[in-house]
Amino acid sequence: MATSDTVIEQKEVQNQADAWSGGKAPFKASYGKLMMWYFLLSDAFTFAGFLIAYGALRFSSPTWPVPDFVFSTAPFGVHHAPLIFVTIMSFLLIVSSVTMVRAVQEGHKENKNGVVFWMFMTILGGAGFLSCQAWEWTNLIGTEHMSVTTNPFGTYTENGVYLTPDGKESDETFEAGESYLIHKAHAGEGHGSGEHAEGEHAELDYSQGDHPGYFVDERGFIHRKFKVTEGPNAGEIRMEEFGPKAFGALFFFITGFHGFHVFSGVVFLFIIMINAASGLYVRRQNGHEMVEKMGLYWHFVDLVWVFVFLVFYLL
Amino acid sequence: MANVETKPVVHEEDLLIEEYGYDDHFHEHHHGDKYQSNFITTYIFSQDHKMIAKQFLITGMFWAIVGAAMSLIFRLQLGFPEENMAWLKPLLGKWITVNEAGIGSLAPEFYYALVTMHGTILVFFVLTAGLSGTFANFLIPLQIGARDMASPFLNMLSYWFFFLSGLIMFLSLFLNTGPFSGGWTAYPPLSALPQASSGSGAGMTLWLLSLVFFVVSVLLGGINYITTILNLRTKGMSMWRMPLTIWALFVTAILGLLSFPVLVSAFLLVMFDRGLGTSFFLSEIFIGGQALDHVGGSPVLYQHLFWFLGHPEVYIIILPAMGLVSEVLSVHSRKPIFGYKAMVYSILAIGFLSFIVWAHHMFMSGVNPFISNFFVIFTLIIAVPSAVKVFNWIATLYGGNVRFTAASLFAIGFVSMFISGGLTGIFLGNSAIDIQLHDTYFVVAHFHIVMGVAAFFGMFAGIYNWFPKMFGRFMNETLGKIHFWGTIIGAYAVFWPMHYLGMAGVPRRYYRFDSFAAFGQFDAMNQFITIAAIVTFGFQVLFVINFFYSIWKGRKMTSRNPWGATTLEWTTPLEPGHGNWPGKLPTVQRWAYDYGKDGKEFIPQIQPLEEGEKEGH
Repeated sequence: MATSDTVIEQKEVQNQADAWSGGKAPFKASYGKLMMWYFLLSDAFTFAGFLIAYGALRFSSPTWPVPDFVFSTAPFGVHHAPLIFVTIMSFLLIVSSVTMVRAVQEGHKENKNGVVFWMFMTILGGAGFLSCQAWEWTNLIGTEHMSVTTNPFGTYTENGVYLTPDGKESDETFEAGESYLIHKAHAGEGHGSGEHAEGEHAELDYSQGDHPGYFVDERGFIHRKFKVTEGPNAGEIRMEEFGPKAFGALFFFITGFHGFHVFSGVVFLFIIMINAASGLYVRRQNGHEMVEKMGLYWHFVDLVWVFVFLVFYLL
Repeated sequence: MANVETKPVVHEEDLLIEEYGYDDHFHEHHHGDKYQSNFITTYIFSQDHKMIAKQFLITGMFWAIVGAAMSLIFRLQLGFPEENMAWLKPLLGKWITVNEAGIGSLAPEFYYALVTMHGTILVFFVLTAGLSGTFANFLIPLQIGARDMASPFLNMLSYWFFFLSGLIMFLSLFLNTGPFSGGWTAYPPLSALPQASSGSGAGMTLWLLSLVFFVVSVLLGGINYITTILNLRTKGMSMWRMPLTIWALFVTAILGLLSFPVLVSAFLLVMFDRGLGTSFFLSEIFIGGQALDHVGGSPVLYQHLFWFLGHPEVYIIILPAMGLVSEVLSVHSRKPIFGYKAMVYSILAIGFLSFIVWAHHMFMSGVNPFISNFFVIFTLIIAVPSAVKVFNWIATLYGGNVRFTAASLFAIGFVSMFISGGLTGIFLGNSAIDIQLHDTYFVVAHFHIVMGVAAFFGMFAGIYNWFPKMFGRFMNETLGKIHFWGTIIGAYAVFWPMHYLGMAGVPRRYYRFDSFAAFGQFDAMNQFITIAAIVTFGFQVLFVINFFYSIWKGRKMTSRNPWGATTLEWTTPLEPGHGNWPGKLPTVQRWAYDYGKDGKEFIPQIQPLEEGEKEGH
């Protein structure tokens, strides 16, 4: 005896087989939407390639900068605020996904003005994210002197104590696993992290070469000297070394590639918003499918950010 | 026989399509061929998949000739290093250096450039774009009963990105420093350091640019092929009724979609290493006693990213050929393909496995031997679906009423080549044996037979078989058969001896061997290979002449279905316009391989099942 449930189930199976029998779209999605899905799939593999490169290089490096230390600056002179700024950034991007959902929803209702309004909000979110990224990059490059070839963020491998400028032991200690930033002489105000603000040493001699408490290299980076206090090397005098180059290169490359996606997204959002405002999609009578396709892209860019955020800011 | 000429104006196919087909209001939407009317939109920026297929085919042939000619030049160097090559100076210019005695010799840098370009051109431009670009474009809409690709516009862009990519590569041949010369795999540091060799500078920059555009082309094409196959199958064309060509092209497109983006990742990282001084793929390195700034990168990482594409890539090359061969063998042996479902599952299995075997190219790169074990096992497992396919092809031929046309001969030749090359693959897949065979002529012989020559055989089978549908005329059969025998004997003569060279340890990519006492004994063999290569090339010239002559002067096709095939493309008019079927779209009533069923020689897919008839065999 077939219960009504199994009858419905059978019908479902029938429909399923029917959907693949030709003459119709098996996923009930237009070819354009499928194409967007497959493009995103391929793009996911591109990002996966980068993230795998990240993993391979990170785990072949002896140390890796601590994100809480590197990303602890925010505009308007905020220091010692780990991940606060990137949280704001991420929040903007996530919220822009929510507004995108609203735009798609209004599109299904064929409400042109709603679509335009919510797409505009999405553009604001995307542009806000890009502005934040611009500030973050400016700060890292301009103030903290990180570049694709130089990474001034190092990590201590042993416990130790810093030397004073004249070479005596100071009371500034640190533990293995913490990160430091190598500052540049005459770099102006605010070294970003502020932890080792050099203001008090402004009158010191930063000419290139060896000094009792520090070493100034040919590019003006001040490598402070310290004494190891524990372990087999206890008592040795060392100086701060640059962190793994791969950190800066990967950071700028991957966040840059993601930022490029956000930027292209904002451009396309803008074009589609103009088209929507002109009533083009209302005439097509397909529930503003173009807005929906754009939405797929936008959510994908958001999803990628989750992974980028994970590997650079959390791990 | 189907090509028994019947005179009536009304075709049986048209009646069936009219009766059972369905009206998709094609003419109301597309206004016929009005916008196809001028020269530029018909022949250049065409959006008709059939024209785009011909564009891919002819561009691919151009590149095949260029790539093969390059191989002749470096074969001359390998076979006859002492001979005077001054006669090539008008063609190669400064790459031929003439000494005081008037003896010209090939510049070593240019030898490496030729080898690199030969590989790049054949792998990407000929056997990827030329093969799946041609047949995916031509056959997908015709065999699934669609008017065109899902997006004809993106399809057109796909060709033009390929053209642009080819143009850039072609320009790189004329650089003062020569084209890229670090091998088609472009391993760092030769690819990542502009100062590493003469071709690593501008040559490599153009190479990278060209291949990035090429990947754009592959992705635009692939996304289109997949969506078209999923969404645009005509009524009744369920997945299990699709011809094996479509299955193979479908899986090929998926492989391309998932593997080429990873290649782009690697290329973008290489670009950074080259242009911005990063060290993704460069570890501590000295050039000319000078330490470079690069630290901490991993050249093996590049190899992983590259071969994640590189291995699926060989299946991107061979799967379309397998699909074409399956179809051609079945049609010309007048038998249904043996084990249709097994064929489909083996295509899917090969497609899946191709993604988890890449590191068998890297056994000698210093990867962990325990990880090698994993890759050895999966590599050897690929032999299973491959063997299933070979068995089914032979079983299809067995007891068949085989018509030995040029097309079917090449299909049979494909099976032969695939067996010969596949067997050596089992040797190379073992990481222990690979210690001896890695980077020797054994590898060269293996991949040339299994994915070079075999893929060409599949392509030739496809061209001879579908040429009438493409151009409305037949290619000359006699010339075709001469071409076949010349090619199969020639190809074995070229590549068979290389196995022995390889087993003796002769390394590939060497400019000359006369300073190695151990390899001096192979001089005669190298000369034989070179002569065989030149003769084989001569037979390909015959094919090119036959091809172009037949386009304009070949025997005209008078009946729609000259081979008596069941598939939909043969129900279209002799010269189908844009939209393929002038009226209704055909409805598919049965699977694609009803040959010799119920006493009938073949039953087209549009013929409804008889009362009480069961589908399939």
